[in-house]
Amino acid sequence: MKATPLSNCERRFLLRAIEERKRLDGRQCYDYRNVRISFGVDYGCCIVELGKTRVLAQVSCELVPPKANRPTEGILFFNLELSPMAAPGFEPGRQTELLVRVNRLIERCLRNSKCIDTESLCVVAGEKVWQIRLDLHLLNHDGNIVDAASIAGIVALCHFRRPDVSVQGEEVTVYTPEERDPVPLSIHHMPICVSFAFFHQGTYLLVDPSEREERVMDGVLVIAMNKHQEICTIQSSGGIMLVKDQVLRCSKITAVKVAEMTELIQKALENDQKARKEGGKFGFAESIPNQKITAFKMESAAVDTNNLEEQAEEIITKADPPAEVFTNPILHTPGTAQIGEGIENSWGELEESEREEVVEEEDESEAAGFEDQKMETEETSTVEKTKNEPIVLSDSEEEEVVILEPQEPPKRTRTQTSSKQENTSKKTFNKRRRKKRAAY
Amino acid sequence: MAAESGVAAEACVGQVVLPGDLLLLPAHPDEDGERLRLGTGTAPRGRLLCGPGLRRCGAGLLVTKCGLLRHRQAGSGPAAGGVYWVDSQQKRYVPVKGDHVIGIVTAKAGDVFKLDVGGSEQASLSYLAFEGATKRNRPNVQVGDLIYGQFLVANKDMEPEMVCIDSNGRSTGMGIIGQDGFLFKVSLGLIRKLLAPKCEIIQELSQLYPFELVLGMNGRIWVKAKTVQQTLIIVNILEACEYMTAEQRKQALAKLSGN
Repeated sequence: MKATPLSNCERRFLLRAIEERKRLDGRQCYDYRNVRISFGVDYGCCIVELGKTRVLAQVSCELVPPKANRPTEGILFFNLELSPMAAPGFEPGRQTELLVRVNRLIERCLRNSKCIDTESLCVVAGEKVWQIRLDLHLLNHDGNIVDAASIAGIVALCHFRRPDVSVQGEEVTVYTPEERDPVPLSIHHMPICVSFAFFHQGTYLLVDPSEREERVMDGVLVIAMNKHQEICTIQSSGGIMLVKDQVLRCSKITAVKVAEMTELIQKALENDQKARKEGGKFGFAESIPNQKITAFKMESAAVDTNNLEEQAEEIITKADPPAEVFTNPILHTPGTAQIGEGIENSWGELEESEREEVVEEEDESEAAGFEDQKMETEETSTVEKTKNEPIVLSDSEEEEVVILEPQEPPKRTRTQTSSKQENTSKKTFNKRRRKKRAAY
Repeated sequence: MAAESGVAAEACVGQVVLPGDLLLLPAHPDEDGERLRLGTGTAPRGRLLCGPGLRRCGAGLLVTKCGLLRHRQAGSGPAAGGVYWVDSQQKRYVPVKGDHVIGIVTAKAGDVFKLDVGGSEQASLSYLAFEGATKRNRPNVQVGDLIYGQFLVANKDMEPEMVCIDSNGRSTGMGIIGQDGFLFKVSLGLIRKLLAPKCEIIQELSQLYPFELVLGMNGRIWVKAKTVQQTLIIVNILEACEYMTAEQRKQALAKLSGN
């Protein structure tokens, strides 16, 4: 199938927006999209989602005779495939320039950087070595395939376990996973690629271009770096002329981004390790959320939703029981009533990871949650307070006297809490989470 | 083929139906002489409209798309009987005759423009199909321009053909879409929701900023507002409307208009 062509007005609009430093999804120029890493049941299988770009990585190993000129080293094999389900323009079996370029980048990033110790893959010198094969499949193309693929590749390699081998004289025994625990690969460092897209002859630069932005860019610079700030690969394509300080600036940005990304990867690997050790559930069925077309759920650019399920479970188990609902408002004066007591402002304590915002614009949802919090602060209270105690009004900014029509708003807030279970809207669910935290 | 027992169509309204389901039409008692009675083996004629997702088959309607079955009484009179159709979620567009869509010009081949409308084939549009176009006075269309037109011919056997004028020769809003603004894609269900009369979303959005909006039935929306920022906000809200409930949308808009 042919790819949808880019119309002139889209191109013009995107370039104008970039001149004004605005991106389509509301990110800043140097912001990455959400990265979510989920692991499969097998070792060495993972899916990385960078925004909507999805890459599946799978590592496998095999015992083979080594290459003639390197008898003591294992063999690494990397392959990336652009699946036709990723974009309408991808056809199977056709070697496009994009495919060749991405493959070469991934190879250089992972092989030439010597991040994997190939000597440790040798079993019997000159006869048997491990061949490690990394297969990457692009499942959805929303821009920046290189970054997503490099993250998926290195995560899968770190996650992979090969069968344990023992050599006694001439005999080589390969143990099954049941006999002996499989052994991880020996990885020295984690190189990660960061892409920079240039526009208007190098005047403007964007990190992590989305698919639309990639279509209008002049060229791209890819820097692969590890967390020790060593550049493993650097490549500029598209024929742009880059000045020295531009490249230096990009490398500084890369250092920051790679540090964040490496931390994220470590956390994800640890979480998965913990889940497996404790006998908890792991695998794609657990970590990839059910996507229903009828569910009101949407991701936003500003949220780290990595391993959300685990965090959510933790929070729910640790949370206090839901607050009592006070059915009768206290009428101070005609037209003014108060339900429950006010509490301390806990807005500042909310962690980034728990704030799941539905609307893409950060401001909108912050204020949407803000309004909701305002309405609901009146309602929450600690467990055993009674109505007759002196009312403690905290000096939080959000507290305002809410003019209520008699009876109506209490009903509304009451039904919200009582229909907690039925409500499938994730946003209201999260708001309730926020409310629970506010009750601490 | 095994004889499938069909279900009465009236019983399924508002429920999920799957492709292959057979819906039996109710046999009307012969009160009104003008109503046609369902004979054995004869397909029902005339009064009942069979909408998208359904196909006439023998004694009833065969479902071809999965979704919710809907029904609307057309009102009393000789054309009573109503419409049945299936509300389904879809992103991929299939050209239908009479639909108004936004197409992107991909090629100019002599007298004819080739447009991408999101279907399996590119549509063709003759340069004479614009209002006031003659052989001397050709419309100024470049490759990459956006065109809002309707399908004259659209079936599975032929290449779709589009025109930018109606049967009287007037453009009624169709034609080349202006240079600025932004084009983006949403699901077909959202477009239908937005095109419904007195759509809340559009009304609420118009309270925010003035903007121009073109909705194509192929899932493409073109928006233009005064500044880039406003356009981006409208684009994001419309894309998010797919997943937001009415309350969430009102809150989001309230926040924006308070700004």
